[in-house]
Amino acid sequence: MHPLIRLVARRIALGILLLLAASVLIFAGTEVLPGDVASAILGQGATEKTLANLREALGLDRPAVVRYFEWLGGVLQGDLGTSLTNRRDIATTLAGRMSNTLFLAFWAAVIAVPLAILLGLVAVRYQGRWPDKLISGTTLASISVPEFLLGYIAAFFLAVQFKLLPSVATMHGGMDLGDKLMAIALPVLVLVLTVLGHMMRMTRAAILNVMQSAYIETAELKGLSPFAVIARHALPNAIAPVVNVVMINLAYLVVGVVVVEVVFVYPGMGQYLVDHVAKRDVPVVQACGLIFAAVYIGLNLLADLISIIANPRLRHPK
Amino acid sequence: MAEDILRIEGLKVEATIHPPGERPRDVVLVHEATLALAPGRVLGLIGESGAGKSTIGLAALGYGRGGVRLTAGRVVLGGTEIRAADAGVLRDLRGRRVTYVAQSAAAAFNPAKRLMEQVIEATLRHGLSTRPEAEARAVGLFRSLGLPDPEHFGRRFPHQVSGGQLQRAMTAMALCPRPDLVVFDEPTTALDVTTQIDVLAAIKRAIRETGVAALYITHDLAVVAQVADDILVLRHGRMVETGPTGTIITAPTEDYTRALVSVRAIAHPEAPPAEPILTVEGVSARYPGAAADVLSDVTVALAPGQTLAVVGESGSGKSTLARVITGLLPPASGAIRFAGRTLPARLAERTREDLREIQMIYQMADVAMNPRQTVRTIIGRPLEFYFGMKGAARDARVQELLDAIELGQGYADRYPAELSGGQKQRVSIARALAARPKVIICDEVTSALDPLVADGILKLLLDLQAREGVGYLFITHDIATVRAIADAIAVMHRGRVVRQGRKGQVLAPPFDDYTDLLLSSVPEMRTGWLEEVIAHRRMESAGH
Repeated sequence: MHPLIRLVARRIALGILLLLAASVLIFAGTEVLPGDVASAILGQGATEKTLANLREALGLDRPAVVRYFEWLGGVLQGDLGTSLTNRRDIATTLAGRMSNTLFLAFWAAVIAVPLAILLGLVAVRYQGRWPDKLISGTTLASISVPEFLLGYIAAFFLAVQFKLLPSVATMHGGMDLGDKLMAIALPVLVLVLTVLGHMMRMTRAAILNVMQSAYIETAELKGLSPFAVIARHALPNAIAPVVNVVMINLAYLVVGVVVVEVVFVYPGMGQYLVDHVAKRDVPVVQACGLIFAAVYIGLNLLADLISIIANPRLRHPK
Repeated sequence: MAEDILRIEGLKVEATIHPPGERPRDVVLVHEATLALAPGRVLGLIGESGAGKSTIGLAALGYGRGGVRLTAGRVVLGGTEIRAADAGVLRDLRGRRVTYVAQSAAAAFNPAKRLMEQVIEATLRHGLSTRPEAEARAVGLFRSLGLPDPEHFGRRFPHQVSGGQLQRAMTAMALCPRPDLVVFDEPTTALDVTTQIDVLAAIKRAIRETGVAALYITHDLAVVAQVADDILVLRHGRMVETGPTGTIITAPTEDYTRALVSVRAIAHPEAPPAEPILTVEGVSARYPGAAADVLSDVTVALAPGQTLAVVGESGSGKSTLARVITGLLPPASGAIRFAGRTLPARLAERTREDLREIQMIYQMADVAMNPRQTVRTIIGRPLEFYFGMKGAARDARVQELLDAIELGQGYADRYPAELSGGQKQRVSIARALAARPKVIICDEVTSALDPLVADGILKLLLDLQAREGVGYLFITHDIATVRAIADAIAVMHRGRVVRQGRKGQVLAPPFDDYTDLLLSSVPEMRTGWLEEVIAHRRMESAGH
C-alpha cells in the first residue's frame, strides 16, 4: 500500500478515536454537574417522591455507562434526543441553527482566507517598508479590539450613522440570497476582522522563515520578480503552518462566534447553546458540545491531511 | 579578439556587520578586484573562506547576500554596467545572460517542485523558448551530463535523486537558457571524492560543448586545475596572483600561492607495527529500528602512540564505528578491547577511568563547545571531572595546555565566538588532551577547515602525538590527510572494512576495486589529470 494512504488512514482513525474520547468527556462533564435533569424539570416544586418517579420515567436511575452508550447509539443514528424545555427533537432544531452558523462562517471564510494570504504575501514582499507596517499594524489592532466592541462600532457607523446595512441580522425562510447576504454583512465584516489578523501574521511569519532558504536565492538569481519568488517558490513550502492556522480560525468561525451572534441577534448555534445552558437543558448542551468537538477535530484532521499531502517527500517517496 | 563577456574593474564590496554588543560597522569584503573573461573561457577563482571569491562570483550577477553592497568600481556584463543597473535590468540579465550553480544543490533546489519545472523555469520566464522546446533542451542536457533515464529524469522531485545527480541537474538548470556566463560556486565541494570526479567531468564537458564562459569558484586548487584556463588567487578580499592555469600551479610567483600548491605535503614516516592498545573485534551494529547493519563484522586495531586512519565516503559507517567505540551505540555483536580488557558495551556501564582513556574531537568545533563558556572553563572542566583539580593548579594546567596547542596568554578568557575556526579546533584538542587519554578519536577534524589551517592542525596533532604518546583513531574521507598522518589504514565501504594494513601496504598496488577507485579519484595538482583518469576508466570498462 502507498505509505501516504496508510498515513492518512491512521490520522482518520485517530480522529475518530479522539471524537469518542470527547464524547465521553462531554457526557461525564454533564453528569458531574450538581442536580440532574429531573430536578431541573421539576424545579422548586420537587419532592423526593416526584423526583424518583421522574428519574425512573426518564431512565436516569440506571448506571451512567448504560446511559452513555444509549446516548452514543442514538447519536450514531442521528438521534440527538429531545429538548427538555420545549420537548422538540434536538436534531431538527439544530439542523436549522447549524445551517445558519455555517452560512455565516462560509462567507466570512471565503473573504478572510484568501485576503489573509494575499496580505501576508504583500507584507513579505514589502517587508519592513510601509505596506508591511500598515498591514501588520491594522491586523494587530483588529485582533486586539474585543469583537463585541468591533461589532458595536461597525453597527454604530454603518447601520446607525450612514444607514448602509441592517444592524440586526434577522433570518427567515422567505429571504433570497441577496437579502440574506445583506442581513449578515455586518457580522461577516466583524468576523473577517477578527480572524484575518492571525492568519495573515502566520502566513507572513511562515513565508519569511522559508525566504531564508537557499532555493529562494536560486529563484532570485533566475531573474524572477520578487512576487513570483514569494508566490511560486516560498508559499508552496509554507503551506503546512498556514493551513494549520487557517483551520483553527475556521473552527473558531463555527464554534466561537457566540459573541457576534448575540450582538447582531443572529439565530446560530452559539446563541442556541448559551440559551440552553442557562435553562440547564442537558441533552441540548451535550448535542451542541459534541457537534463543536466534531467540527474542531474534523478541521484539525483536515489541516493534518493537507499538510501531509502538500509534502512531496510523503507524496512521492523515494 | 572578441568583446569580453565579463569585465570587473576595481570592484570594491562592503558589508555592514553587527557584532554582539558593538555598534554596526562596515567591513570591506573585496578590495580592488579586476578581471576579464572572454567568451568560452573558464576562469578559476581560488582562495580560502573569507577570500571574497563567492562575493565576486555573485557580483557578476549583481547580487549581494545579506547586506552586501558593491560600493566602487565597474562590473560590465555583456555591455551592461551592473552597478548602475536598476532592479528590472538586473532581473532581465539574471537567468538569461548569466546563471549560477550553488555549492549545495540539495538546498538550492525547491523541495516542493519537480526538477523539470525548476530547470526550465528561467528559460520560460524570460520568454526564450516555448515549453516543449525548453523541455527538449533540458532532456538533451540531462543526457550530455550523464543523468540516468534523461527522458523521465525531470519528473522527479529533488529528494528522489542523489547528491551527485542533483549537482548535475543544477548545471543543466544553469545551461538551459543558453547564458553567456555561468558562475560555478564550489559545485563539487559537498560531494564524495568518487562522485566528484564524474560531476567534474560532466561539468567540464558541458562547458566545452555549449561554449559558455564560466567563473569557477573553489578552495581546491587541484580541482580548479582540471577545468580552468586561467586562475585568479584571492586572499582576504585581495588579488594575490593571476595567470594561466599551468603557470600558476607549476611556477607560482607569490608565497601564498606556493603554500596553496604545496599544501598537504606533510611527510610522516610510518611507525613500526606494535601490540595494539585498542581493538575492535568483529563488531556489527545497527541503529534501532533500522533494517540493515551499518557495520558488518568490523575488526581494526590501533597501536599505542600511533595513528589508525579510518577512511571512507559518507555512509561507509566510519562515524558509526566511533559511536560504537565510545559506547554511544552498543554493538549487536563483537567487542571493544582496550589495554587488555573488554570495555562494557554501554556508555552508562563504563567507569570514569574508561571514559578518561578515550576522548573525542569532532568535525564541527563550534557546535561541540558551549558558546557561553570561556576557553578556561571548557578546558578546565575535564581537569575537574577526572582529576579533581581546582583553583590555581587547574589554571596553571589550562595555561600549559594552551601553550601546547600554540595559543598563548589571553586566550583563556575568550569565548568560542571570539576564536577562528582553526583556533576553536585547537581548543577542542586541548580539551581532549586535558583528560590525558591513551586514545583520541578524531572525527573529520580538519574537514571543515581551509587547507592551510588544516595543515596546521595536522602538524599540531603529530607533534602532540610524538610528545604525549597518544594514539589517534583518525576518521576522514580525505586521502591526502591519510597520507599525511597515518601509520595504519582501514578502508571502509558500506559498513565493511575492505582493506587494511600498514600505510605503505594499503597505499601500494595491487589494489582491490574500491580502493583503486577511491585513490584514483583524488584530484592531482596538474592539468590534464581528469582526462587521463576518465580515459583510463573508459579503457578499463571497455576491456572488461
